[in-house]
Amino acid sequence: MTTQSIASPMHTVSARVTIGRIIVYGFAAIVGLCLLFAPFLFPDVRAQEVAARICVFIVLVASYDLLIGYTGIVSFAHTMFFGLGAYGTAIALKTMGRGFDAIVVGGSLGVAAAFILAVLIGLLSLRVKEIFFAMVTLAAASVMLVLASQLSNFTGGEDGITYEIPRFFSPANRLEDANGDQIRLFGVPVTGRLYLYYFVFLSSLALFYLLVRIVRSPLGTVLQAIRENEMRAEAIGYRVVAYRTSVFCIAAVVAALAGVLRAVWLRYTGPDVTLSFDIMIDVLLMVVIGGMGTMVGAIVGVVIMTLAQFYLKDLMGAGAQATADLPLIPDLLNPDRWLLWLGVLFILLVYFFPSGIAGTLLGKGGRK
Amino acid sequence: MNSLSATFSRFGGVMLLPVILALVAFVLIGRPSSWLTLTIAGLAMGMMIFLMASGLSLIFGLMDVLNFGHSAFVSFGAFIGATVLAALGIWVRGDSAFLNILALVAAIGAATAFGALAGWFFERVIIKPVYADHLRQILITVGALIVAEEILLVIWGGTPMPVPRPAILTGSFLIGDVAVEIYRIFAFLLGLAVYVILHLTLNRTRIGLLIRAGVENREMVEAMGFRIDRLFIGVFMAGSALAAMGGAMWAGYQGLITPALGSELMVMVFIVVIIGGLGSIQGSLLGALMVGLTTNYVAFLFPKLALASTMLLMMIVLLWRPWGLRPAVKG
Repeated sequence: MTTQSIASPMHTVSARVTIGRIIVYGFAAIVGLCLLFAPFLFPDVRAQEVAARICVFIVLVASYDLLIGYTGIVSFAHTMFFGLGAYGTAIALKTMGRGFDAIVVGGSLGVAAAFILAVLIGLLSLRVKEIFFAMVTLAAASVMLVLASQLSNFTGGEDGITYEIPRFFSPANRLEDANGDQIRLFGVPVTGRLYLYYFVFLSSLALFYLLVRIVRSPLGTVLQAIRENEMRAEAIGYRVVAYRTSVFCIAAVVAALAGVLRAVWLRYTGPDVTLSFDIMIDVLLMVVIGGMGTMVGAIVGVVIMTLAQFYLKDLMGAGAQATADLPLIPDLLNPDRWLLWLGVLFILLVYFFPSGIAGTLLGKGGRK
Repeated sequence: MNSLSATFSRFGGVMLLPVILALVAFVLIGRPSSWLTLTIAGLAMGMMIFLMASGLSLIFGLMDVLNFGHSAFVSFGAFIGATVLAALGIWVRGDSAFLNILALVAAIGAATAFGALAGWFFERVIIKPVYADHLRQILITVGALIVAEEILLVIWGGTPMPVPRPAILTGSFLIGDVAVEIYRIFAFLLGLAVYVILHLTLNRTRIGLLIRAGVENREMVEAMGFRIDRLFIGVFMAGSALAAMGGAMWAGYQGLITPALGSELMVMVFIVVIIGGLGSIQGSLLGALMVGLTTNYVAFLFPKLALASTMLLMMIVLLWRPWGLRPAVKG
């Protein structure tokens, strides 16, 4: 009964088919198709890096959205969990050699560490104000970052770890026909690289689907109730602390699994690609730009941010050259300063479109 | 057990913790001279962090705003202080104590004034539209932090910047066989002076009364006819100015500063505020001293633990007192 009354306004909104919905879901569908056929559509190496990055980050951002958008918890430790998964896999692959057993063992150790840490942090500080929690997670994440760069015996310090992944995934693993010739599919050679991409893609898809199921489940409804009115949710009889802690753990585990995927794809793990605060800011920007509280917003945010990261820099470089004679402006347009403009965009978005691109188009703009 | 805790609170309660910490460390370290050096270093460091943390804590206490962009004021303060000192090169290096002090006052003053002005701008433009919405507050201030750090990089570039220290504050003097750096004493005294001024302002003046009333119950103060929004700006400017002052002091202490300084210190400042409890000046002082002392003692006793020590301290305090040691606000 109570679940019904909370859920029903949402359902009336989602039943309407508007232009905004068509745009957002159409965009998501196009992105999905592009990612599905990425090795055939964009055969060059750089584009595949981008595609794999988008896959992993969609999972990471969607799991963060589960926290910030659906439950209203602000955590700065999300990259810490991402990094735990990645480092667990990396260290296992380094010490146990290139095998699937290493991925399984290291990955599950990393995920378990993320889970335990999430339980500890959650029980310790989720019962207090959200702001307090944000500070605690920030402190925990920075200590983890420092530890990763200091314990260089295990983690390789600032340089990170390079390792080999199972032979099955390496480009040398070629699928050959009876004559020993390379088999090609639509002109693309079938190698371990292709398998690896589809391993990353399908795992990401499965994780994203899992997150969508969680959001649509009764649990997701309770989480939204907690976000909207914590006192009322508690009064109705939901244990807010237990729900918050469990969703924090779910998000942490999914982030760690995304970290495993990232580590396997990159064959390198270091502070810069997994743990650093820059990644955390990227994730935050992606969630807010895409739209908090909409799973499809994760797709929008990740794609826009990732493309902006590649093309905004080019554009700014051109701008800096065109204005080279003027004072200060070339400095402001320096490609390294792209984050400055994204930061400004971010502030404007939080002011004027707090529900982000997807949220605004989906007609959730009026809330808050 | 009860009588023990009663005695504990009669002798000052949690305010005794830094003293206990120092005594335990004295036993563990064993050599009085090393202990004294470490204690002075810890107190000086604690006082500088107190400058940064008190502003953050006060802003939170009164306005219920946690400014994640607070560290931007620290970094800007450090760089402005360093720039002023570098520009006044002859005054700084000269023998004349008067010119030395003038240069120092100019540097700290410039940083503090900038902090106040930037705080005014920040409050009006960034924070005012998002009062009473914590989620957007966090997001907006993080966004502002990103922009501020990028502007810092545009102006000063990414290379480390050396900070000239006024001649009068360099060197050290001896107490027994212990060499005490003058700058540390100066940092400690400045922090202490700021604490005393803040304490007196909050407890002995009409404005302080209003601020404390505002921390307690904002609506009631408004209902009595006071313009609490003006109070907000004032406190925000003061808090930001203190952060910038702390940054300038830290720059002189380090001697070489990088744009990453703000974010490195921010974690420490957050831990201090969490340990001390949000919204109270005493809490910030207590937390800052404990963090300063712990960092120095642990770095000496167990160098490997040094990095995790403040985090451990925070964990222990949170397990014991989930709201921090001396919170002024609950909820």
